[in-house]
Amino acid sequence: MTTATLPPVYTKKDFQTDQEVRWCPGCGDYAILSAVQAVFPELGIPREKFVVVSGIGCSSRFPYYMNTFGFHTIHGRAPAVATGLKISRPDLDVWIATGDGDALSIGGNHTIHMLRRNIGVKVLLFNNRIYGLTKGQYSPTSELGKKAKSTPFGSVDRPFNPLSLALGAEATFVARSVDVFQAHLKTTLKRAAAHRGTAFIEILQNCNIFNDRAWETLTERDVRDDKTILLEHGQPLVFGRNRDRGIRMNGINLEVVMLGDGVTEADLIVHDERHPNPAYAFLLSRMDATPGFPTPMGVLRAVDAPAYERSMNEQLKQVIAKRGKGEITKLLQAGDIWEVR
Amino acid sequence: MATSTEVPQGQKKKETIEQAVVRFCGDSGDGMQITGSQFTNTAALFGNDLATFPDFPAEIRAPAGTLPGVSGFQINFSSRDVYTPGDSVDVLVAMNPAALATNIADLKTNGILIVNTDNFKETDLKKAQAKTNPLEDHSLDGYRLFKVDLTRLTRLALSDLGLDAKSMDRCKNFFALGMCYWLYNRSMDGTYKWLDDKFGSKPVLAEANKLAMKAGHMYCDVTEAFQTSYEIPPAKLPPGVYRNISGNTALALGFVAASQKAGIPLFLGSYPITPASDILHELSMYKEFGVITFQAEDEIAAVTSSIGAAYGGALALTTTSGPGMALKMEAIGLAIATELPLVICDIQRGGPSTGLPTKTEQADLLQALYGRNSEAPVPVLAASTPGDCFWVAMEASRIAIKYMVPVIILSDGYLANGAEPWKIPTAAELPDIPVHYRTEPEGFQPYQRDPATLSRPWAVPGTAGLEHRIGGLEKQDVTGNVNYEPLNHERMVRLRAAKVAGIVQDVPEVVPAGDAEGDLLLIGWGSTYGAITAALGPARAKGHRVGHVHLRHLNPLPRNLGEVMKRYKKVVVPEMNLGQLLWVLRAKYLVDAEGFNKIQGKPFKQSEIEAKIEEVLA
Repeated sequence: MTTATLPPVYTKKDFQTDQEVRWCPGCGDYAILSAVQAVFPELGIPREKFVVVSGIGCSSRFPYYMNTFGFHTIHGRAPAVATGLKISRPDLDVWIATGDGDALSIGGNHTIHMLRRNIGVKVLLFNNRIYGLTKGQYSPTSELGKKAKSTPFGSVDRPFNPLSLALGAEATFVARSVDVFQAHLKTTLKRAAAHRGTAFIEILQNCNIFNDRAWETLTERDVRDDKTILLEHGQPLVFGRNRDRGIRMNGINLEVVMLGDGVTEADLIVHDERHPNPAYAFLLSRMDATPGFPTPMGVLRAVDAPAYERSMNEQLKQVIAKRGKGEITKLLQAGDIWEVR
Repeated sequence: MATSTEVPQGQKKKETIEQAVVRFCGDSGDGMQITGSQFTNTAALFGNDLATFPDFPAEIRAPAGTLPGVSGFQINFSSRDVYTPGDSVDVLVAMNPAALATNIADLKTNGILIVNTDNFKETDLKKAQAKTNPLEDHSLDGYRLFKVDLTRLTRLALSDLGLDAKSMDRCKNFFALGMCYWLYNRSMDGTYKWLDDKFGSKPVLAEANKLAMKAGHMYCDVTEAFQTSYEIPPAKLPPGVYRNISGNTALALGFVAASQKAGIPLFLGSYPITPASDILHELSMYKEFGVITFQAEDEIAAVTSSIGAAYGGALALTTTSGPGMALKMEAIGLAIATELPLVICDIQRGGPSTGLPTKTEQADLLQALYGRNSEAPVPVLAASTPGDCFWVAMEASRIAIKYMVPVIILSDGYLANGAEPWKIPTAAELPDIPVHYRTEPEGFQPYQRDPATLSRPWAVPGTAGLEHRIGGLEKQDVTGNVNYEPLNHERMVRLRAAKVAGIVQDVPEVVPAGDAEGDLLLIGWGSTYGAITAALGPARAKGHRVGHVHLRHLNPLPRNLGEVMKRYKKVVVPEMNLGQLLWVLRAKYLVDAEGFNKIQGKPFKQSEIEAKIEEVLA
C-alpha cells in the first residue's frame, strides 16, 4: 500500500502551532516545550504519527502547542486514554504530558497500571511540587510541612517520590531531568523515544508563580555538581564539583564516600541501568530523601520487556493463524442451532 | 387449557398441553443454573418458544442451605408465543428447605412439587429457619408433592463408578433434570452431548452425570408416583435458523457484527461488574475478528481507554452497570465535547450504591439522560428482549459513527441473563455501517460539520496533513481551537444539542401494538416488553381498547410520540423504577400520564400489568 520513503526532514518550527502559548512568563514549561520541539524532528518519525495526550493542569496544555495530533483529556486520565489509543494503534508514537497532581494524585491509579503493563508510551511528568492551575495548593510531591493555599500551617502528608513510585510499579524505563538542563533533557527525551514499553521521565520544573525556586537548591550552577549526580551506564557513581565523592554499597544501603585515602573509583557502584532487579534503581531513587546524598539525574533504569500492545496484537495474530479470520455468519450460527421451516 | 389426549405408556398417561413453567431451585452450589440452562437448550432445540429467568444471589457461595444462598432458574416454554418467564410455576424442583421456603409462594395451586427429602434433616431445617418440617406439617397440602430421596438415589445409581460421596452428590441436579425430562417427554441427547463436551478430559464425570440423569428419568418411569407426563409441541415460529440467546451474548455478537459491517476493529474497555461482565468474557473469545478486549484498572480507565481507541479510529465500546456508569460520566462528557463515537452499555441492576447486584431494575434512565455536568445530551437506546440486544448494539454503533457521538445502551439484569430463541439474521439482513475517515487535508477543519447530520469529521491520527488538537475545553466553532467567548459557547452548546436532537431523522415513528386509539396506551421501554405484550392480548380480549408503545429510542424520542399519546384517554407507563420515563414524558409532552412502578429487583408479571389495566379502566 505504501512505498518505503524516508520521512520528511523537519525542523523545530514544523512542530510549533499557531496557538498563543498561555503559560505564565518564566514558567519552566516553556523550556520543556522547546526541548521536545527540538527533539521530535530528530526522531525520524513522520509528524502525523505523533500523538501528544495530556490530562488537566498547566503541563497538560502541552498538546495545544505541539503541531502533531493532540488530545487534551480529563484530569488524571491521560494514561488510560493513551493506553486505549496505543493498544488499538501501535503504529502511533504516543507521548503523555502530565504533572505531579495529574499523574500522581487523581491519576495515580492509571499511572501505576500503565507502568505495570508496560504500554509503549512516553511519559513526561512535569514535577513542580504544586498545583498551579488551581492556584497554589500543595501536591502529592510537595515536601512535608509545605505551606500552601490549602495548608496554611504546613502539610502533614508525606510526599511521593515519582521515581520510587514508578520503580515500585516495575517501570522498564525511568529517568529524571530538569527543565533548565536543556542538553541533558534533550538527551533523555531521545533515550525515552527509543525505548519500547513505557518510558517515564520525571522533569523537575519550576513554577515561578506558586512555587518559585522549587528545585533551586539542586539546580543552581554553584550547587548542582554537589547536589546532583549524573547517572551514566557503565560509569562509577562519582559526583561533586571536584568529582571527589562517590556512592558505594554498604550492606543493603548506599553510602557516600570521599575518594582518596584508600578509596578509589573501583570501590564505587558502577551504574547499571539494565540491572534486572528494580531494587537497584529504587535504592538510587531513595538518595533524594537522604541527607548528604546527591539527587540522581539521568536514566535510572532501562530494561527490555514486552510492551503490552505488542503482546496483545501478537495474541490476535496467533488466534487468527489458528482459527482463521472470523466470519460473522459462522459466529452467529455457532453452538446449538435449529431450523424452523 | 390442557387438551387431554390419553396415550398409553404402560398404565401411564401422556397429556398434550400448550405451555408450562418449570423452576429449579436449590443452594447456589447445587448447579441450578446449569440444570436450568440444559432444560432450556433442550426445549429450544425441540422448537418451543421460551423465556427464562435466572435468579441467583450476589454471594458466590453463601453459607450452604441458608435462605440467602438460594439460586433459582425458571423457564416458560410453549407451543405458542412466549413473552415472559411466567408469573407462576407449574413444576417446582426444590433441593432443600431454604429453596422451598423462598420459592413455594410462586407454585400454582395443585402444581407439581419435587423435593429432595435427603436435605430435610433437622440441621437443614434449622439453616432454613424452618420451625416445623414442611414435608410433615401439611403446609404443602395444596400441591402435588413428590418426596424423592434424590441424594440417596443418585449415589445408588453411581455406586459402580468409584467416585467419592462429594462427587456423586454433585450429580443430583442431573437426577432432577432427568425427572423433568421424563415429565415433559424430552430427549436427553442434547445434554449427553453437552456433558461429553464439558467433561472431555474427565469422562467419568460425564458418565456420572449421564447415569444420574438416566436414573431420574427411570425413577419417574417405574415408580407409581408419576402417572402423567406432558407433551408441549413445537411453537410456530417464523421460518429461519434459530439459536437460544441471552441478552449479554446478543450484545456481544451485535458489536462483533457492527465492527464487521463497519470494517473497523472493535475495542472494548471494561472493568468487571455484575451483571455486565459476561459481555467482556464473550468478546474476549473473538480475537479472530480482531476484537481487542482491555480489562482496565477501573471503570474510568475502561471508558477513557475506549475514548482513546475511538480517537484512533476503532469502534469503541465500554460495558458496565449502574455504579460503574456513575464513575464514567465525566469521561462520557469528554466524548461529547470531542465528538467521538463511543458506545456505553449500562446493564442496569438494583441500586442505589451497590444495591442489588444480581437483581434487575430500570432506574438508570435519568442517569443515562441527564447524569453529566452541564448540557451534555446523548442518544439513549434500550433493548426490549434478549435477542433485541443484538439489533440495539448494531443500531447504537451505527448512530455513534454516523453522528460522531457517544451512545448509551440500557439493558438490565433480566435481559442480560434471560434467554429466548433468536432468529439468526442472514448476512444480507445485517445493516451496513458506513465509516468515513477524513483523509483530505485541503480545507480540513476539526469541527466543520456535515450539514445533514451536524457531525464533525473523524480525522484519525496517522493521517498526514490533518494534525490537530482536540480536548475537553470549549472549542471554537469550525476550527476546534480553544475558545472562551460567550456567544461561541452558546453556539457550541446548541450545536451539540441539535446534533443529538437531529438523530430523530433516523428514529422510526412508533406504531402502537393492539388498538391504534382507544381507552389506554401503555408505554414501556426495556425489559418490560414481554410482560406488557403478554398482558395486552387478554385485556383486549375482554373488550378493552388498549394500545402498547415500546420505546427503543429514549433520546431522541420518536417524532410522533406526542401525537400517538393523544389518541388514548389514558396513558400508563409501567417501569421498574419510581417513574423515570414517566417524568420525561410528562415534562416533554405535558401529558397526564400515570406511572405503574415495581422496584423489587424482579420483573413485572403479566398478571400485574393485567390487573393495572383493569384498575385504570374500571
